[in-house]
Amino acid sequence: MNFQAIRVIFHQEMLRAWETLFQSLASPVISTCLYFIVFGSAIGSRIENIDGVPYGLFIVPGLTMLSLLTQSIANASFGIFFPKFTGTIYEIHSAPISHFEILIGYVGAAATKSLIIGIIILFTASFFVELNIAHPVWMVTFLILTCISFSLFGFIIGLWANDFEKLQVIPLLVITPLVFLGGSFYSVNMLPPFWQSVTLFNPVVYLISGFRWSFFEVSDVSVGVSLAMIVGFLVICIAIVGWMFRTGYRVKQ
Amino acid sequence: MQAIVSIKDLSKTYQSGFQALKHVNLDIADGEILALLGPNGAGKTTLISIISGIVTPSTGSVSVNGFDNISDYRKTRAMIGLVPQELTLGQFDTVWNTVSFSRGLFGRKKDNAYLEQLLKDLSLFDKKDAELRALSGGMKRRVLIAKALSHEPKILFLDEPTAGVDVELRKDMWNIVRRLRDSGVTIILTTHYIEEAEEIADRIGVINKGELLLVEDKKTLMHNLGKKQLIVELKQTASHLPPSLAGYDLELSNDGEQLTYTYDTMSDSTGITDMLQAIQSAGLLLKDMHIKQSSLEDIFVDLVKEVKP
Repeated sequence: MNFQAIRVIFHQEMLRAWETLFQSLASPVISTCLYFIVFGSAIGSRIENIDGVPYGLFIVPGLTMLSLLTQSIANASFGIFFPKFTGTIYEIHSAPISHFEILIGYVGAAATKSLIIGIIILFTASFFVELNIAHPVWMVTFLILTCISFSLFGFIIGLWANDFEKLQVIPLLVITPLVFLGGSFYSVNMLPPFWQSVTLFNPVVYLISGFRWSFFEVSDVSVGVSLAMIVGFLVICIAIVGWMFRTGYRVKQ
Repeated sequence: MQAIVSIKDLSKTYQSGFQALKHVNLDIADGEILALLGPNGAGKTTLISIISGIVTPSTGSVSVNGFDNISDYRKTRAMIGLVPQELTLGQFDTVWNTVSFSRGLFGRKKDNAYLEQLLKDLSLFDKKDAELRALSGGMKRRVLIAKALSHEPKILFLDEPTAGVDVELRKDMWNIVRRLRDSGVTIILTTHYIEEAEEIADRIGVINKGELLLVEDKKTLMHNLGKKQLIVELKQTASHLPPSLAGYDLELSNDGEQLTYTYDTMSDSTGITDMLQAIQSAGLLLKDMHIKQSSLEDIFVDLVKEVKP
């Protein structure tokens, strides 16, 4: 194991976030505050409790997931895309480092960054609503699993993309709709029956549902299913990355 | 010769169908400076890239210090430093950070004293906190060298180290390369400047269209280059070479107007004086004389031309 290599990749990626600290932290914090003001306070005050949870509180897990997903994907995809774009990837290809170690370095750093952002968002939320977390251990488990699996997903996008447009297209056209329609701001039960069934094909529903359960013990689908979905997603991402590395697809000539 | 890099029957065909290397065999000696000479697109960079692990070969194998560069890639890559042709560097990193990054990437523990000395040797130390984007092209080239040397490699590949570099910096580079060789590093550089190969290499390889046409000791090559031709133009045409001149390496042109004398400048006596006297004794009158010397460039051009259809 080339631990030094993992250390420097991780360090370099964290350093990049540190150098743009304001952007890295301010944007999730500001957008969270805006969502709270608009949805939580302004509109939320006219909405009755959902599953016995006040609306302002109800949206906390969804909001956190929204930022977590976008940040994980953005961090990880950019982290590996940028060396490809500038050409500095040659160094990683010529270094005595395994694919697994590259993965741990980049995905580990991206997941760590989003985990920190997730915690900051929850902290920010606690200024607006009174947070009581029913199952802290499960909450942290969901948080970590989400950060890792979506950082992996971002890493795949970063490897696959060969221009900036491709880097943006999946987060913009796939992830954002999935998250908005994944029950961030509402309970799936509030939808008409047809759309409820459609929604069940959206993997983000399971993620948010499980995460919400760890807060309020209310969920759209059972926690076991949520957990299985997120682990399944993680396994699929690992398999895709493994395949890309093995075949050299868009990685190596 | 103890080979530190041994290349066997190496071929590479890219996905586009372009065959960049054709059955290349090459042994690189421990501690030598080998210059790979060839025009653009000859396959120099592909060859270097395969040895360093950036490109996977289609057929053939590479062993570095006895280890296969694919099955034992950790061992082989740790021994190799690579300076790429393009100035591929991040923008916002500092010199110090990027060099430290390279060292770690190659599995070496932090060693600030070594990196400090390295940056001083490359006249980069006063720029260590500068951002890479603020550096000149020449400085960036030095940073790439520092990165390649950061993990104390035994073998250094320099892919066109002096392309687009001014004369002063080029001489600087040559000095750096010589110092490295003196410290025991094996150096392989690619270039399309013949004088560069002549100036610093121990051996010269000529590569064109994916084929290694020749690998020769520079001294042997220079010896061949040491041959000169003295061309003597005659006032009156001669129908045949007079018998008294038969002992000299002389050739009479078909039109009988020119005599060509081939001699070796490296030998103790060139025999020019005797030969000229012999010509006079034979009754031939001289109109003019001039000297022709073949250069590495001629050899190179000839070699490259022969391959062209």
